[in-house]
Amino acid sequence: MKKFSQLAWPYLIWVILMILLPMLLILFYAFTNSGNGIINFSFTLEHFIKFFTDQDFLLVLWRSLEIAIKTTIICVLLGYPIGYFIARSSDKMRNFWVLVITLPMWINMLVRTYAWIGILSDGGIAQSFLGLFGLGDTELLYTEGSVLLGMVYNFLPFMILQINTALCKMDKSLLEASHDLGANRFQTFWRVTFPLSLSGVVSGITLVFLPAVSSFFIPKLLGGGSYFLIGNVIENQFITVGEWNFGSAISMIMAVIMMVCMYAIRKIDERNAGRGKEKA
Amino acid sequence: MKKDKRIIGKILMVLAVLFFYLPIIFMVIFSFNESKSLTNFTGFSMQWYESLFNNREMMESLSTTVSIALIATVVSTVVGTISAIGLSKSGKIMKSVVMQLNDFPIMNPEIVTAIGLMLLFITFGVKRGYMTMLLAHICFCTPYVILSVMPKIRSLDPNLSDAAMDLGATPWQALTKVLVPQIMPGIVSGALIAFTMSFDDFIISYFVTGGGVKNLSIMVYTMSKRVNPTINAISTLVVVLITVVLLVINIVPLIKSRREKKNEKVVS
Repeated sequence: MKKFSQLAWPYLIWVILMILLPMLLILFYAFTNSGNGIINFSFTLEHFIKFFTDQDFLLVLWRSLEIAIKTTIICVLLGYPIGYFIARSSDKMRNFWVLVITLPMWINMLVRTYAWIGILSDGGIAQSFLGLFGLGDTELLYTEGSVLLGMVYNFLPFMILQINTALCKMDKSLLEASHDLGANRFQTFWRVTFPLSLSGVVSGITLVFLPAVSSFFIPKLLGGGSYFLIGNVIENQFITVGEWNFGSAISMIMAVIMMVCMYAIRKIDERNAGRGKEKA
Repeated sequence: MKKDKRIIGKILMVLAVLFFYLPIIFMVIFSFNESKSLTNFTGFSMQWYESLFNNREMMESLSTTVSIALIATVVSTVVGTISAIGLSKSGKIMKSVVMQLNDFPIMNPEIVTAIGLMLLFITFGVKRGYMTMLLAHICFCTPYVILSVMPKIRSLDPNLSDAAMDLGATPWQALTKVLVPQIMPGIVSGALIAFTMSFDDFIISYFVTGGGVKNLSIMVYTMSKRVNPTINAISTLVVVLITVVLLVINIVPLIKSRREKKNEKVVS
């Protein structure tokens, strides 16, 4: 029924106004002088020059990428065995485990991150636990480690779920075939299971890496006031300083870097998939 | 060998569960702490709940969060469902343009969506506050509704509504009596996603709000600079609230199906 197609028109107008226009505004602000209105303005590259010539900003950008990469690696290393275990459980147990992993995600990320402050602070249970090994004086809160922990805590479930889904989708008869053809468990895992689960790892990486680069409340809550990531710089420019043009430019830089990273990851994934097909 | 693996797996899962739940349990316990300390449990007390209920700002943030989540869910579910039905019958260009734009808030880092909306409101001189927060929430919730309704519509017979109208139904009847009931599961899961997205949102709300309007997340964020066990109390309240919602969602269909089974038995 063609008549129903008219129902989509209001939403077209809505997405243009509320989704497309804001993105264009970021572009617009990033390339114009501060203090300008939408009627009289002049284009400039000053914000980008300011960012790329300032050592501090570049350092923050580098630190954000570094911690996001570390988070992603830890999430893969922890998420893979957990996802693997869940995928290998019986149907009933699998649903149970997935529920157990997803339940905390329903609770506000900010609230869950805040909860770590008490655990990690001086004299808290984390320190008393380390005290058992004679490491009771280790400073835990407001370090890079606590930020890393907060990120892994928040983003690990995404990785587990993606890997689990990929492993569940896998055709189980392939494993039997591999065994029948004389491969041992290790070989089967390495040459059959692992390559087939890579798509899940890649989408997991996307879901962990992107929010990790841009996160700003995890470093603020667990890193103290002195630990700055690129998200904090953007927040500062918009909320505290009120430099929207410079802030827009930084978020544009961040968005472009993310897009490049995602493109690269996807290309690697495609090449791997292609190679697998060639072999087959 | 196989048994060993099971045990290693089980230990791993126990550690994972501990890791995921420890902070939440910790928070609940310390919301009943007598002293202000976040590290030593000195005794049971309800004082943080008392101070929470006496704190007008916090109670307001709670009602803001709930009311925005409810309104945003209803609006985005209705708009998303109608638009998804419209899109399924639209031309290719229209469909791909809208779906591309629809993906933006899902694919973009939240902070980018947030500052985009903030700039939108600033540029057009919209006073930031409750209404802008609500608009922003509808804006990022609707795409999820559309994404969860779309596949359901696609799996329907495209001639279904035509058949209904051939049989004498008005377009409105065809929509509400034939199409919508068929795609109900998609609508419900879309609404659920919308509610949790809105209820949990921090980043977008933080950038588009103004005039002292705060939701829970903003409240926690601004208060977390000092040690404040009231946050534990309000967080525990949120945990209880979410658990109740989850229980209702999981139990209602169970009761329904049981009742249906009973009815079947009576009929047979």
